[in-house]
Amino acid sequence: MPEHTFILNGKPVTADVEDDVRLLWVLRDVLGVTGPKYGCGLGVCQACTSHINGKAFNPCSVPIRNVRPDDEITTIEGLPATVGKDLHPMQEAWLEYDVAQCGYCQPGQIMAAVAKVKQARAAGHEITEADLDEIRNVCRCGTYHRIREAIMEGAKHF
Amino acid sequence: MDVHDRLPQEQGEAAAPSDQDTPGTPRAQAGIGRRRFLGYILAAPTLAVAAQLGEAAAGTTPAHAANASLPELSKLFDLNDMLTDAALPTAGLITIHVHADGTASFALPRAEVGQGITTSTAMLIAEELDLPLDRIRVTLADARPELLFNQLTGGSNTTISTYTPIRVAAAIARKRLLEAAADLLGAEISTLTSKAGVITAPNGRSATYGSLAEKAASRKTVRVAADLKPRSDFSVIGTARNRVDALESVTGRKKFAMDLHVPGASPAMVCRPPTINGTVRSVRNLAAVRAMPGVTDVATISTGVAVRARTFGQCIDAVRALQVVWGPGTAEGASDETVLRELKAAEIPLAVPRLDPLAKTVEGSFTFHFASNSALEPNCAVADVRSDRAEIWAALKSPIVAQEAIAAKLGLLPGAVTVHVTEGGGSFGRKLFSDAALEAAEISKAMGKPVKLMWHRTDEFRQGRTHPMATSRVRATYALGKVLTYEQRHTSVSTDFGHGLGEIITASAAKLPVGDLTFSETIFTLTQQSPYDLGVTTQLLNEVDKGFNTGSMRNIYSPNVRCAQELIIDRLADETGKDRLRFRRQLIKDDRARAVLDKVAELGDWGRKLPAGVAQGIAVHPEYHGVVAVLAEIDCRPETTGRHLPDACTGPRVTKAVCAVDVGLAINPKGLEAQMMGGIMDGIAITLTSGLHLKDGRFLEGSWDNYFYTRQWNAPPELTIVVMPPTSGKPGGAGELAVGAASAAVACAYGAATGTMPTTFPVNHSGPLGFEPLPTVPPIPQSPTDGLDRAY
Repeated sequence: MPEHTFILNGKPVTADVEDDVRLLWVLRDVLGVTGPKYGCGLGVCQACTSHINGKAFNPCSVPIRNVRPDDEITTIEGLPATVGKDLHPMQEAWLEYDVAQCGYCQPGQIMAAVAKVKQARAAGHEITEADLDEIRNVCRCGTYHRIREAIMEGAKHF
Repeated sequence: MDVHDRLPQEQGEAAAPSDQDTPGTPRAQAGIGRRRFLGYILAAPTLAVAAQLGEAAAGTTPAHAANASLPELSKLFDLNDMLTDAALPTAGLITIHVHADGTASFALPRAEVGQGITTSTAMLIAEELDLPLDRIRVTLADARPELLFNQLTGGSNTTISTYTPIRVAAAIARKRLLEAAADLLGAEISTLTSKAGVITAPNGRSATYGSLAEKAASRKTVRVAADLKPRSDFSVIGTARNRVDALESVTGRKKFAMDLHVPGASPAMVCRPPTINGTVRSVRNLAAVRAMPGVTDVATISTGVAVRARTFGQCIDAVRALQVVWGPGTAEGASDETVLRELKAAEIPLAVPRLDPLAKTVEGSFTFHFASNSALEPNCAVADVRSDRAEIWAALKSPIVAQEAIAAKLGLLPGAVTVHVTEGGGSFGRKLFSDAALEAAEISKAMGKPVKLMWHRTDEFRQGRTHPMATSRVRATYALGKVLTYEQRHTSVSTDFGHGLGEIITASAAKLPVGDLTFSETIFTLTQQSPYDLGVTTQLLNEVDKGFNTGSMRNIYSPNVRCAQELIIDRLADETGKDRLRFRRQLIKDDRARAVLDKVAELGDWGRKLPAGVAQGIAVHPEYHGVVAVLAEIDCRPETTGRHLPDACTGPRVTKAVCAVDVGLAINPKGLEAQMMGGIMDGIAITLTSGLHLKDGRFLEGSWDNYFYTRQWNAPPELTIVVMPPTSGKPGGAGELAVGAASAAVACAYGAATGTMPTTFPVNHSGPLGFEPLPTVPPIPQSPTDGLDRAY
């Protein structure tokens, strides 16, 4: 079985798994990292949203063969370390607004939120309502409004 | 009559005197206003206390006999009363443990699926025990068959049925700790104070709960009485608290069923038929699929062909590779059109007597299409079935029924089946059933190995349970500005209540002043109350077709019935030349309902001037001893409906929603707000965008980009939720309350904005299909490979 090496939450990891297995299953089923959730496996619901080299992506839609040894994969578990704290400011904002209900989509929502704020800044502006409208992550509990409030708050602190 | 009237009153003496009734605590000495309840100190090494779930049986009297002049039966005795009442004779004990580390723990015999009951339960304990919230651990109890009907999470009943017993247990624990402290500190109980887990004597000496946990324990189980705090002393109940599991949620540490590590349990999926409930005739390539990478097992089961592999990705590959010859299902050839014809043919005729020769008539005929109650966490369960026993992990709202059904399926005694209730990633009615747990058990038995079964998203929409398609026919008559009659005939594809609610209804139905109603009719009658005085009112249900997988969906009938009624109210207001709000205020029966209506009208600036294509709608919904009003403002202008986002259903947008809710007493106003927010998102979805298209015996939707649940681009940018101050002083249900009012308010707003009363829901259902349906063979799509191209 082929060996695949990449950097996961700051540490190099190796997984023995077939080339075409999507990264989500490598994380969850092979490496036991369960923060990224399955919600569709179709790149639609975004529940598995994590970061690759700082950008948001859906591990359910990336075969492991496309992940390079120097790629830095960050899941919700590794997010606080990216700012050297116990919690990322976006997680703090999520707590402040008590965003989560069932919590199933929230790791993906937080990872998307962090990337969305950075994306807006890369485009030369702070995050706007129009940017929030573009977030595709499904929350079946319907916490959308609190998510919007928390993102605007979280964005002030990183 | 309200069930609370038949239970021991908190005011005054409630239950019989006890064996160890020792007045002397400050609360007991209060005299007037004291609230005394019975419970137990259990034999245990550290303090363990218990109370009867289902409140005390004492004080129960039969329901009033109905007579024709009474309001709807649902006012008299609603679904929640039935759930509470059914629990009475069979109630078991619920237990709080106080540990040597100063924490308390409690295994809640309910399912937490996001509704916040672990938080509100911890708050009830914190209140009576005088222990900080963060030192209380609430877990979910395994299936406890001795609780019989009292381990069902449904009908928004959890808080109503557990509010008193949990506090009683906590109060007994506190009292016992005070007694132990009095002995240890050499002080009179009445001079002690308890705060934040520490008991202090007047001389300043103190003892922590942790240090007293052992001393307060009992070597034998004894029955005791305790007093509950008067409401005026509450410092936790009624205050806004964050969820107790919030940190776990935002760090990804919260464990759902598929996150558990059960030794040997490998991923499993099922290759499902192309049509609803189709059956396996044969499999052509079993050996080839068994030889695929990662695949360990393939087995035919009752619902399809199960595969087990090292990863779910390899399960998907195997499911897609299977060549199965399928037999017909239970809805072959059925489509939206054929089901609609079936429903129309089964509508009970309207039969309004002509009371007034001058009366005019308003009519409406509404169609509500199938909708999916799928949560974001799909159906899933872990099963480890051995020859003589089985162990199951799943989010189950009816775990005892699951345990019994699994035992029957496996040929084991129920006692040999352990059912662990895991945290659930949403339910909305789905987890009332144990479909995945049953399937996982069957697969584990067939393969002789532990499995971690998960449904594919596409299967969730196509083979999963649905809110049944229904029609509602309404006729109202009025004369001289007064509504004389209101008739509603709701006709629905059969709703499956096989999760156990049916048994409760069966058990309790004999007590009701009605004779031969079927289960569904009974539930319909118990849940459908009209907030308005509409003269002679009849609301009847008929059902057709048991060929579909159905169930409750964050309410049962209410969202549809309410939506139809509110739209007709708008018509009546228009025809009688009255403002839609003023007309409602005139008809409303109850002060609490009028108060929430007034509140949203005020905060939402009812009647404010809006551009053409933008309009307001307002609706009110009473249920579960609570009432909610929603004002929605919708933008139907072309620049909004024509918004373009890739693979998205945009359409009209609810730009503002205002909600006022009165549940009598909100345990956690913040949790209640969250429930209202979710209910509003559901209401927007089912009215505007969320429906399933049935064609040739299958549903066309197969992903969240086909089934248009509310997404950020359709969430209201402005949202205000007001929790009304306590009214009844007793908690009502909250989980489902907002959906009916929100769906109706959005429908009314849509009608006002477009100038045409909508009659088909969701309103986008009859438009062109907003997606290309996924194939049905293979039944599930392959995961994309372009994830890196879409990174942002």
